[in-house]
Amino acid sequence: MRITQHPILTFERGKEVNFTFNGAPMKGYEGETIAAALHAAGVKVLGKSSELHRPRGFYCAIGNCASCQMIVDGEPNVRTCITLIKEGMKVETQEGKGVIK
Amino acid sequence: MREVELLVIGSGPAGLCAAISAATSGAKVLVLERSFKPGGQLIKQTHMFFGSESQYASHRGVDIADILLEKVDEFGDRIELMLNATAVGFYEDNVVTVLKDEKEYFKIKARSVVCATGAYEKSLAFPNNDLPGIYGAGAVQTLMNVYGVRPGNRVLMVGAGNIGVIVSYQLMQAGIEVVAVLDAAPRIGAYLVHASKLARMGVPILTSHTVKEAIGADCLEAAVVCEVDERFRPIPGTEKRYDVDVMCISVGLSPLNELLAMRGAVMKYVPQLSGSVPLRTNSLETSIPGVFVAGDASGIEEASSAMAEGYLAGLCAAASLGHVPPDLNDRKLEYMSQLDGLRSGPVGERIRAGMRNSKL
Amino acid sequence: MFEKTGIATRAMVVEKFPPMERINRGPVAVVECYQKIPCNPCQTACPFGAIRIGEDINEIPCRDENICTGCGVCVAKCPGLSIMIVDGSKSDTTVQFRIPYEFLPLPEAGEEVVGLDRAGQPICSARVIKVMAPPSFDRTPVVTLEVGREYLYDFRNFRRKA
Repeated sequence: MRITQHPILTFERGKEVNFTFNGAPMKGYEGETIAAALHAAGVKVLGKSSELHRPRGFYCAIGNCASCQMIVDGEPNVRTCITLIKEGMKVETQEGKGVIK
Repeated sequence: MREVELLVIGSGPAGLCAAISAATSGAKVLVLERSFKPGGQLIKQTHMFFGSESQYASHRGVDIADILLEKVDEFGDRIELMLNATAVGFYEDNVVTVLKDEKEYFKIKARSVVCATGAYEKSLAFPNNDLPGIYGAGAVQTLMNVYGVRPGNRVLMVGAGNIGVIVSYQLMQAGIEVVAVLDAAPRIGAYLVHASKLARMGVPILTSHTVKEAIGADCLEAAVVCEVDERFRPIPGTEKRYDVDVMCISVGLSPLNELLAMRGAVMKYVPQLSGSVPLRTNSLETSIPGVFVAGDASGIEEASSAMAEGYLAGLCAAASLGHVPPDLNDRKLEYMSQLDGLRSGPVGERIRAGMRNSKL
Repeated sequence: MFEKTGIATRAMVVEKFPPMERINRGPVAVVECYQKIPCNPCQTACPFGAIRIGEDINEIPCRDENICTGCGVCVAKCPGLSIMIVDGSKSDTTVQFRIPYEFLPLPEAGEEVVGLDRAGQPICSARVIKVMAPPSFDRTPVVTLEVGREYLYDFRNFRRKA
C-alpha cells in the first residue's frame, strides 16, 4: 500500500521500526503516524464504536475527529492519526470508550 | 507563567505569514502548532497555487511551506515555533493554556494574539457513512502526500469543489483509480480548469448526484449513488453502484475557531464563510482589542487569501503593540488590495457577501 | 454543459485557437482558460508580454498571436494546466501539440500513444516527438506530440498503451 514512485514528491522514509498490532508483528517507518503505518500494512479497522460496536477507521487524519482512537502501550484514546509510530510500540484496537488505568 | 509579546496560534499559511509580517515590524512572536510538522495543510498540496506572484502563485503548496519556513528561520531571534503544542483554552486576560506533547500543560500570557487555527472537514449523512474506507478528502491527501501511503485501489470522490477535484487528480498521480466525482449541486464548484484536468483523464464528474448509501461489512466495499432533483431530493430509479474501497468526502470545510468564541469575541454564523466566524475590522481585529484572526478561521477561502490575511493581521497586531513601521499604511493598503483582487471576480462573490456580513 | 462536466464545447475551444494561417506559420499558445478566477502567472511568465490579464487578476487571459512565439514558457507555469502550444508548420497532414503531463511513467520520444479528447475518450493515435522536464518546469513535464490535422480541435491529452 506504499507509493513507490510519484511525479511530484519523493518520500524520504525514516528508519524501519517494529511494532505490534493486536499482538501481530508489523513494520513501519520512523516519522510516520501509527494510522499511516497500519494503513500501509492494510489495516483499516482501528477500533469499534462504544454503543453499536461498529468498525471505526480514521476520518480526518489531523487530530480533529477522534475516529482513530486506539490503545497504545496500554493507554486508551490515543489519536493514532497524529501519534508517531515508535520501535516496540504495542498498538491495539479499542472497543468503546477505553479504561484509563 | 510565560509572557509573550505576540502569540500566533497555528502555523499554516495564515499563521506563518502573520508571524513573518509581525517579526518584520520588529515584534517578538511565539507560534503554536499542534502538529509535529509546521505548515498546516500546505505540506500536502502538490498542485500549483493560483493567485498572483505576491501569494507565490504557480508554486506548489508544499514548496510554499518551505519558502515560508525559511523566512521564519531568518527571523530566528524573533520567531519561536513551538510544535506539538495545542492551544486548548483562551481566557479573558489573554492567557492561553497549552497542552504540549500530550502531557505538559502550561499557560502563556500574550499581549496580542493572532488566531490562525484553520478549518475542519465537514461530513455527510448517509447510511453506513462511518465505515472505514470513508475518509475526509484532506485526510486521504495527508495519507498519500505526507506519508506516501495509498488509501486504497478505487476511489469515489464526493464533492466537486476545489478540494474534491484537486485530490482526485492527486490520487491519479499516485496511481490510484478514481471512478467518478459527484456533487449534489447542479454545477461544478471547483475552478473549471481543475475540473477539465480531471475530465480529460476520463474521470466523469456527475453533478446533481449524491450518495444513497455505503455498503460493506467491516470496510467500504461499494457505494450506491443517485441523481437528485433541483431541490436535492433523490430521484428513484437513478441508482448506480460503484465497487470502491475508498470514498472521499469533500463537502466543504468549517472554520475552526472555538478559541475565539471562548475568549468572548463576538461571533456570527455567516453562511457565505461556511460557519461561525468572529466579527472583525478591516485590519482583521476581532471585537476584542489586540486579538486578531486570519485564514480559514475567519471564513473558508483559498490559501492565497489566507496568506494575504496572515500578512495583514501580523502587520496590524505588531502595530497595536507599538511596532509601527514607517510604511505601515502603504503595507496595509497593499495587503488589502491583494485581498480585494483575490475576491473581486465572479468566484469571489460569495466571499464578498461574507465579508459584508462579518464586519465589525 | 461546461459547468456541469468540465468539458469545453467545440465552439468554446475553437474560439481560443488562433486563425489557421497563424497555426501554419509556427508554434503558438492556446490558452484554454474560460472562467474568471484570481490567477495571473501566465502573464507574469511570458517573456514577450504576449499574454495579458491586466490590473484585475480575475480577467481572462488574452494572448496576442502576433507577439506569441510559441516558446512554451507559460505551459508549465499555468496552475490550471490550461495552456498548450500548437504548431502546424511541420507538415500539411499533421499538427504538433505541446501539452503538460504530470504523470508517471513518462512516455519516450518515438512512442505511439493513444490520443484523448477533452472527455478523456480515445480519438486517435499520437506520436511522441519529445519530452521536456527541465528544472525550470518544476515537475510539470511538457510532452510534444504529433497528431492528424483533423484532430486539431479535439486532441487534448494522451495515455500510454498498456
